[in-house]
Amino acid sequence: MPYNELTAHDLSELLQKGDVTPEAVYQDLRQQILKHDNSVHAYVRVNDALSFKKDTADKNTLAIPIAVKHNICVKGEETACCSNILKGFKPPYDATVIQKLKNRGIPVLGHTNMDEFAFGSSTENSCYGPTRNPWNLDCVPGGSSGGSAAAVAAQEAIWAIGSDTGGSIRQPASFCGVVGVKPTYGRVSRYGLIAFASSLDQIGPITKDVRDAALLLNLIAGHDPRDSTSADIPVPDYPALLDKDLHGLKVGIPHEYFVEGLDPEVETAVKEAIEALKTLGVQTVDISLPHTEYCVATYYIIATAEASSNLARYDGVRHGLRCRPSQTRKNSITDMFEETRARGFGEECKRRVMLGTFSLSSGYYDAFYLRGQKVRTLIKQDFDRAFKEVDAIVMPTSPTTAFKIGEKANDPLSMYLSDIYTISANLSGIPAVSMPCGFSKSGMPIGLQICAKPFDEATMLRMAYHYEQKAGWYKHKPGLEEKR
Amino acid sequence: MTAIEQEKFETVIGLEVHLQFHTKSKIFCACANQFGQAPNTNTCPVCLGLPGTLPVLNKTALEYAIKVGLALHCEINTFIKFDRKNYYYPDLPKGYQISQYDYPIGRNGYIDVLSEQGAKRIRIHRAHLEEDAGKLIHDSNNKLSLVDYNRTGTPLMEIVSEPDMRAPQEAYDYLNTLKLILQYLRVSDCDMEKGSLRCDANISLRPAGETKLGVKSEIKNLNSFRAVKAALEYEVTRHQRLLLAGKPVVQETRLWDEQEQVTHAMRSKEEAHDYRYFPEPDLVPFTASKNVVEDIRQSLPEAPQDKLARLKKQYELADYDANILVQDPDLSDFFEECAKGFKSYKKICNWINGPVLQEMNQKKTSLADLNLSAKNFIELIEKVEEGTVSQLVGKDIFKKMLDTGRAASEIIESEGLAQVSDHKALERFVDQVIANNAKAAQEIKDGKMQALGFLIGQTMKLTQGKANPKMLGDLIKRRLLDG
Repeated sequence: MPYNELTAHDLSELLQKGDVTPEAVYQDLRQQILKHDNSVHAYVRVNDALSFKKDTADKNTLAIPIAVKHNICVKGEETACCSNILKGFKPPYDATVIQKLKNRGIPVLGHTNMDEFAFGSSTENSCYGPTRNPWNLDCVPGGSSGGSAAAVAAQEAIWAIGSDTGGSIRQPASFCGVVGVKPTYGRVSRYGLIAFASSLDQIGPITKDVRDAALLLNLIAGHDPRDSTSADIPVPDYPALLDKDLHGLKVGIPHEYFVEGLDPEVETAVKEAIEALKTLGVQTVDISLPHTEYCVATYYIIATAEASSNLARYDGVRHGLRCRPSQTRKNSITDMFEETRARGFGEECKRRVMLGTFSLSSGYYDAFYLRGQKVRTLIKQDFDRAFKEVDAIVMPTSPTTAFKIGEKANDPLSMYLSDIYTISANLSGIPAVSMPCGFSKSGMPIGLQICAKPFDEATMLRMAYHYEQKAGWYKHKPGLEEKR
Repeated sequence: MTAIEQEKFETVIGLEVHLQFHTKSKIFCACANQFGQAPNTNTCPVCLGLPGTLPVLNKTALEYAIKVGLALHCEINTFIKFDRKNYYYPDLPKGYQISQYDYPIGRNGYIDVLSEQGAKRIRIHRAHLEEDAGKLIHDSNNKLSLVDYNRTGTPLMEIVSEPDMRAPQEAYDYLNTLKLILQYLRVSDCDMEKGSLRCDANISLRPAGETKLGVKSEIKNLNSFRAVKAALEYEVTRHQRLLLAGKPVVQETRLWDEQEQVTHAMRSKEEAHDYRYFPEPDLVPFTASKNVVEDIRQSLPEAPQDKLARLKKQYELADYDANILVQDPDLSDFFEECAKGFKSYKKICNWINGPVLQEMNQKKTSLADLNLSAKNFIELIEKVEEGTVSQLVGKDIFKKMLDTGRAASEIIESEGLAQVSDHKALERFVDQVIANNAKAAQEIKDGKMQALGFLIGQTMKLTQGKANPKMLGDLIKRRLLDG
């Protein structure tokens, strides 16, 4: 079996025994990328030569190249959030997570495609063109971390990292049939993650199985003095905690997440997964998260408000694109700002910046932003209350399986609704994982979402691991045709 | 305008003062916080606002801010929260300034301003912590604007007064008092020329007896306290003319033109920014412990007005002397250090307020830069008081001390400057002078004592200034009158 088809934990064992070299793994990945990425288009850049550290203390047992979303800074390599306005921006620093990975001998394989500035759920809003779903090239891979999820699903990457603001790791993981983790807010440093919505963004793993997700989370989690919002709470050894059985655990089933709009095929698969969990010794409890219906509206107020401010720095003065105003205009500094932003940002970007600017404007702040923050508190309290009773909450990741490319591109509202089940974890800060729980009749993966208490990724991953091993969906791989 | 017409209106002034803290590093990154470096050398990805970077609060900046809040008698918000103030300008790399909106460090404070009219309490509306922006430099030759981000991220405190001042002179006095209080805290060099202290002024006029505020002008580009006063005086007249002519005053921001000594309209209220403040999500709000605030309160230095009273009482200094000392915290501290080792306080004061201040003013430098130790300074004063050297020679020695860093005694010894007090030796000089100046000698013998000074001077010349002038006088008199 080519090395690119293995998991990181398998490869790590082989590396330890000396049965494989990091270079050989890289070569197989390269072959797979050359073969399939023309059609999948998961990557915006693949690094040609990787340097592997020799003779590190841990014998390079983790020297497995990783795919990185285009909004996570890699020193000296273009990190542009797939936006024209940042094209050519090469940060003079590594994101903290990249530094941590490099310190363990893990090189960056390349940058993956994404919706511009992570604004989207389909990876269609990229200045580099869309990514396709390896299970069906006519479908979207989800987004915004669609490139990372597609790369892992297409076995063009062993593992990958993405970012999740409203579901941007979990929804593409669900659409591509891989495992995606959004850690607790504050679990992983955001330093070097180009901000979308600072109070919601988290970096997390996208992997082939739960053990790899646990392994990768272990590598990137922890307090960072450069990020004031990162929590100074010890990181448990997640992989070591996977094996303990699930007896005595209680899982909540929120009825608000099984309502109209949920694809029956998805509902059936998720309910079967819940039954499987029961056979593993988990007790299920019907719960209510009463403010669920306000999640999407709340999210789009808070996330766009923060985004409108976070994107203000792209003004053409210091980095990236700068446009001279057209001849009809004066050549004032404001004209330069406006021209640069008008040409540099894509449609969805402009839409969100305008929405956010509006809800922060004087006269509207109280009715929008402030009210949004209050509802956010209520949503968080829903979860606090629920977690007094249960250890985890189970729900679908997305109401549907992957949709067709172009299907929702001109309907932003229906696009926004594809994050309806993932947004609450960002608003409340809790950790959540998406993993495969079956396939639709048309052969598209369905995602199961498990949420846990803040900083209890260990229980969440343990539950995910036991379900995964029992259900075995992780063994299914897309049958990619070579591009004609 | 007649005096009666002027009395129809009451002037209302409020001031916004920006104070840069001289912390070692900037407020949200580890860059050095230094003035006068080559452009864009004190910068890093964080203060340049490069994508992906995050701010981390400098604890010393917070401590300084609490210090200032306490010194201005403010209520201190222990809930520490920052907000984003959003606006576009090339010197603002993130497109927003991290500032404080609804939880300023301090609010509802006051300072007592002393002026010729007596003491007046000016209330402080709020004092909050924020980051400074960069600087634009316009190169008109090449039609370019250049940006220097060295200043970006310098810790800045904005101190907003209530509209409690009623005349430009009061504003001037308020600024001087405030500056002195801030200087005593040693959180800033308070140097307007370097921009570490800046001021914007708000002014409006209203009919005497009216309680509602009139329409205000905000004046910017005020580069000295004198400019603040001049600009306000200009505005008082401008407002009066408008009001008397029945014309409306427009709410606007105006720029002071130092050259022309006038203000020009810059932007109207309609063009004012909507800053879209919202909580800064990159900095988690936290509650500073009451103990921290209490510790800072306990460690506050003596306020200038308290020090003034104490100096007068403890050292029996005259108002005038004490006032000069208090104007510079370094100077008054230096005085007190000297006073530990030398008990003639008035003499120390004279030396400080005389030669030391002269030297500082001439060299435009601070006491610290003069490199003068209290020990050496007292020794010099002692040498003069003992009569080892004359006052005049003492002043020369003082300059030499500053130039070389050597002690007074060393200079006296190596340059043979000690006064000749040996009778025998002096008698020889006196005899020579009397012999050479028979006419003057005769005059003294005749009782015309005016000539005594002349003979002393001649003898001093002969001794190259080393003779003790008092002894000389005695000797000459004895020689001519007793003998």
